Amino acid sequence: MTETPPADADGEPTDDSERGRLAALTSGLTAGRAALYALLAGLVVFYLSPLEAGLMTAFKTTDAFTHTAPIAPPGPGGFTTEPWKTAFATLKSGLINSVILAVPAAALSALFGSLAAYGLTNLKWRGQVPIVLLFVAGIFIPYQAVLVPLSRFFAIVNTQQLLEPLWGLPLMEPYYASLVNLIITHTAYGIPLTMLLFRSYYKNFSTEMLEAARLDGATAYTIYRRIILPLSVPMFAVTLIYQFTQIWNDLLFALIIIPSGSGQAAVVTLKLNELTGGIVQTFNTQMAGAFVAAIPTLIVYVLFGDKFARGVAGQ
Amino acid sequence: MSRLNQLRERLRSVRGDDVRTDGGTVEHTGESGFLPDFDSEFVRSLPFWLPPFLLMGFFVYGAIGWNFVISLTDFSGFSLPTYELSAFDFEMYRQAFSDPTFWTAVQNTVILLVVFTSLCLVGGLLLAILVDQGIRFENTFRTVYLLPMALSFVVTAVFWSWMYNNTTGVINVVLRSVGLDFLAMNWLGGYIDTGVLATIPYFPSAVKIRLFAVIFALLWQYSGYAMVVYLAGLRAIPDDHYEAARIDGASTLTMYRRVIIPQLRASTISAAVVLMVFALKAFDFLYVLFGSNPGPAADILATMMYREAFGSNQWAYGSAIAIILFVMALAVIAPYLYSEYRRGEL
Repeated sequence: MTETPPADADGEPTDDSERGRLAALTSGLTAGRAALYALLAGLVVFYLSPLEAGLMTAFKTTDAFTHTAPIAPPGPGGFTTEPWKTAFATLKSGLINSVILAVPAAALSALFGSLAAYGLTNLKWRGQVPIVLLFVAGIFIPYQAVLVPLSRFFAIVNTQQLLEPLWGLPLMEPYYASLVNLIITHTAYGIPLTMLLFRSYYKNFSTEMLEAARLDGATAYTIYRRIILPLSVPMFAVTLIYQFTQIWNDLLFALIIIPSGSGQAAVVTLKLNELTGGIVQTFNTQMAGAFVAAIPTLIVYVLFGDKFARGVAGQ
Repeated sequence: MSRLNQLRERLRSVRGDDVRTDGGTVEHTGESGFLPDFDSEFVRSLPFWLPPFLLMGFFVYGAIGWNFVISLTDFSGFSLPTYELSAFDFEMYRQAFSDPTFWTAVQNTVILLVVFTSLCLVGGLLLAILVDQGIRFENTFRTVYLLPMALSFVVTAVFWSWMYNNTTGVINVVLRSVGLDFLAMNWLGGYIDTGVLATIPYFPSAVKIRLFAVIFALLWQYSGYAMVVYLAGLRAIPDDHYEAARIDGASTLTMYRRVIIPQLRASTISAAVVLMVFALKAFDFLYVLFGSNPGPAADILATMMYREAFGSNQWAYGSAIAIILFVMALAVIAPYLYSEYRRGEL
């Protein structure tokens, strides 16, 4: 994505308005300009209304949300924080499990992606492109095509048994084995995208610079460690943010890999699904739960929206 | 300069690691130097890309191959799969092709892919053009439009179940308050009769409103993605294309239609491919709203596959459906990847 000029504090038109497109659309007419902003604001309302309705409902008592408009704020008698407490209590273990899952899985997939991209971009040899093609195709496969083998694989490879010595350590629990399975899975399926992101970034690195290092006797590993890795920090930020969001938001792999029922290892998306699957439709608790489950990704998005957008656009 | 480096490269690969930076005497300039060069660079790159490749390859390609093998067996219930070459057959595929549920799921999957992708592209393009007008607070607008994409399907499904709620949902409440009561309906209900419209030849007598409600929610979630891709495409078009069109007296509409949009072909293709992949992953959204059986009005291959395999323990049958879904995805991505490969974009 191209860099956008920072929003002007003093209200001067930004650089882009100098470009032909602004004048072309409005021909300097302020009426057209006003219509444009009205339209943009209307779209903001559209994009935020499900969130707004959810937020308002989450603060209403059962009586209030059945009798007031969903987008209206709760009245004086209808305000409660009870749904948030219930939702948080239900989702707490899921939140912890999701952190244990998403942080290492995002880090590992970013690291593997970076290593693979270096070996396939900056170290030049013939026949790289078919390998790259195999990586990139992995981004697009529908995960349904691997679900049955995945469940078979983790039925055969018992990580809980293999990692037996680990569970005796402080702060470790045997049910973390399911999370280890999920970390391996998300790392493996995250590599294609992270590889592509790093490759498009590494392509722009100057060959001369790396060549000079090599002539000074640096090994491929030293070049990666001393030159490539420090220069990759911005791309690591993009990749980590994108992968964290994707892994945090996943439901499908968790459904397959976490033992069914309310296993102790259930991640937050599974827990939220349980919360909403109840017979009694407690919409206020559901909405609060949705926000609780989304808080980490919302924080990441608000703080690093531009990096998330770059990950999304694959750049 | 780079030629010199190449020579040094070859020299070094022929002589071993000890190379002098002064260039030394370059004797081995012939083609004979190529193969060792290739080999050593290949060997040195292996520790970097091979482990990730093996991990990814096992889980992606190994699993797809394994899935295909399972689809040839009769693996079901709680017994273990038996991999006997003599017992392999395409029975599960035959079963799928004669299963009306399967064809409904195929039809819904195609509707989802086509309607969602095309509407999302149009919406994203319009958003991108609006945001590209040199507006103030551009970043804020962009951030808001892309926000739903940062949310989990599980989360957005919860919000939309509330939006679509029959009695107190936002959509019906708004429709009733502006006097459009007749449009208020149970959006996630299933089918709606098309009434008088059904008298038009070939017009369906009932519409799968549940599927279209899902598509609308997915549009809300993913149009921001199309916007981001198109915005990058628009920004890559040089300013003088706009100016030239204006000097020629083209109206804004003509300018976009004749000059700008044709240049967004690459953005359109890459966005379309990714959106189709998202649409194939709509499983999470449907699963949260309807469980593993959304009924004929919204069942897609992804939900059917999950239901057969993990709901009914019909593992082989589920695997066969998964392979059919994979082939459908391949039909979309293979031409795209091939063209990227041909253009040297990979």
